[in-house]
Amino acid sequence: MNTTQQANEVYSENGIVYPSKVMLDLSNLKKVYPTPKGDYVVLEDLNLQILKEEFVTIIGHSGCGKTTMLSMIAGLNPISGGNISVLGNPVKGPGPDRGVIFQSPSLMPWMTALQNVLLGVNQVFPHATKGQRQDIAKYYLHKVGLENAFHKKAAELSQGMQQRVGIARAFAIKPKVLLLDEPFGMLDSLTRGELQDILIEIWNKEKITAVMITHDVDEAIFLADRVIMMTSGPKAKIGDILSIDFERPRTRKSVLENDDYYTYRKHLIDFLEH
Amino acid sequence: MEQEMVLKNENSLTSSLKQMLLKLTPSIKKDGIIKSLKNTGITLLSILLFIGLWQMGSKALYNKEANYRVEIALQEQGEAAAVAERACIESGDSTCQPNTLPSPSQVWASLQSLIADHKVIRADKAAFVEKMAVTNEKMISQGQDPIVYTGRASFVDIVLTSIKTVFAGFLLAMFIAVPIGIVIGLSPSLRSAFNWFIQIFKPVSPVVWYLLVFMIVKTLYIGDSSDNAFVISFISVGLCAMWATLVNTAMGVSSVDKDYINVAKVLKLGTFQKVFKVILPSSLPLIFTGLRITLSVAWMVLIAIELLAQSQGLGLFVWEEFQNGANDSNSKIIVAMFVIGIIGFLLDRLMLAVQNMVSFNKNEMA
Repeated sequence: MNTTQQANEVYSENGIVYPSKVMLDLSNLKKVYPTPKGDYVVLEDLNLQILKEEFVTIIGHSGCGKTTMLSMIAGLNPISGGNISVLGNPVKGPGPDRGVIFQSPSLMPWMTALQNVLLGVNQVFPHATKGQRQDIAKYYLHKVGLENAFHKKAAELSQGMQQRVGIARAFAIKPKVLLLDEPFGMLDSLTRGELQDILIEIWNKEKITAVMITHDVDEAIFLADRVIMMTSGPKAKIGDILSIDFERPRTRKSVLENDDYYTYRKHLIDFLEH
Repeated sequence: MEQEMVLKNENSLTSSLKQMLLKLTPSIKKDGIIKSLKNTGITLLSILLFIGLWQMGSKALYNKEANYRVEIALQEQGEAAAVAERACIESGDSTCQPNTLPSPSQVWASLQSLIADHKVIRADKAAFVEKMAVTNEKMISQGQDPIVYTGRASFVDIVLTSIKTVFAGFLLAMFIAVPIGIVIGLSPSLRSAFNWFIQIFKPVSPVVWYLLVFMIVKTLYIGDSSDNAFVISFISVGLCAMWATLVNTAMGVSSVDKDYINVAKVLKLGTFQKVFKVILPSSLPLIFTGLRITLSVAWMVLIAIELLAQSQGLGLFVWEEFQNGANDSNSKIIVAMFVIGIIGFLLDRLMLAVQNMVSFNKNEMA
């Protein structure tokens, strides 16, 4: 029904690669942690291709290596074997082309919301004028509904508000790929719902390739074009991939009313319960 | 879904709790006042109790020494001498008073006499300056040094000298310990290079630091007749007290939250930006905890060091009064003890206020 799905069919059925459409390519990825009792293999033979403008969610049991994989994509964790490339360029370390939204908001608590967003913006747009950079930062803070909290210290904001700043900070640096490591895991479910809506609203506009780890099956379906299911570790790999064929833009109501929703949900839960 | 329901319930529960609290607020306020009144009352009561115990203790010690003196007079010089001694002690004559722990009222009297003494000296000094004004002007115009007042220092001057010394020492400690702490905090190899140094010199006693500084400063001042007691004492104080700041700064800088470092990495901040925008601000609370400890250690070692260095501060004052052995010496020592304690307490409060100001996480401080 959409390009994503066609592309999926191409990948899964024929194994033909269309480099122009691939944003993020993980091939034969391996991660080993040396321990006194010998090597512990977290990930092995992990292959995954994520397309431009695609939103994928990754679901799997705790400790299966989801976060390890994400931090390897971010360049924060060295690769033991295989390759990760963004638009064909191998990842060698962290960089602002891969924005990260961490599980804890990770704002500098001594800075204001605006300063936190500017920290990244100043770095990525060094040639812009001060006014332009302020405008960018303020635009994204506005987008996440914090237009009245520009000058509040991050420490004074609630968890949910802090994570909104985290979202603004990540989008404001205009990354090629957005990596989200269970960004709403620490929030209560009402706030989580609000932030999902904010996230998807900005994403609909910016269409930045997004990879998001989640524990929440409903969240995984609501946000994603594809849900990647990872097997349990050690030696975790991709277990199954589920394409979510809902129209975009989606609303929570339309998703819940769709008959396919429960089929998807059952599919994911069946996978997780094995 | 179920989770959501539970949460909603919880939310309504907290909101109803809040409303209940709001209704209760006036009585809580009233409770608060009663509580603080109660606390003040308890404090006052304990002060009274303390003074009472002190009074009783000093009375007992006084009687013990008085009885002993009468006993000795009886044994060595006979009945008449004993009666005379008893009469002498009871008359309050200063020649035969027992020399023991002074009573609270004696200490209070000494405080007042020290203040009166200060006023006399200040007036004396003002008169001297006025008298010398014309002469000094002439001397300055002729390129000579003016004549300065060299009379005895008053108690207030002594306290001010001590405070000056402690602040000079504190600043020295800060300027040495904070930069070194930052550098060794940033580099693990420098940290291990410095570690033995810190571990060995941290526990060294103030007296030994004084002797070390004395050796060095004495030679540096060779041929210079000016008074170097102040220099020696503030350097010794600084060296004694800087370790807490050094260790805390290094720890604060080396243990910055990994999340912040990851953010800095993802944003590819340069070294300068990383240090000044991320690492230093996040270690400020620990640095200030270190500085607070440094200031209180500085004040504590100051007394011993001033005594050794013969610097005109509280340390020397206490020692001289002890050697002096005059009738009110003991009570003057106790006055100095209270002054030292109160100033130490105020310095600590001052640092706590600064520390709270720079700390970004208000909840952690409390």
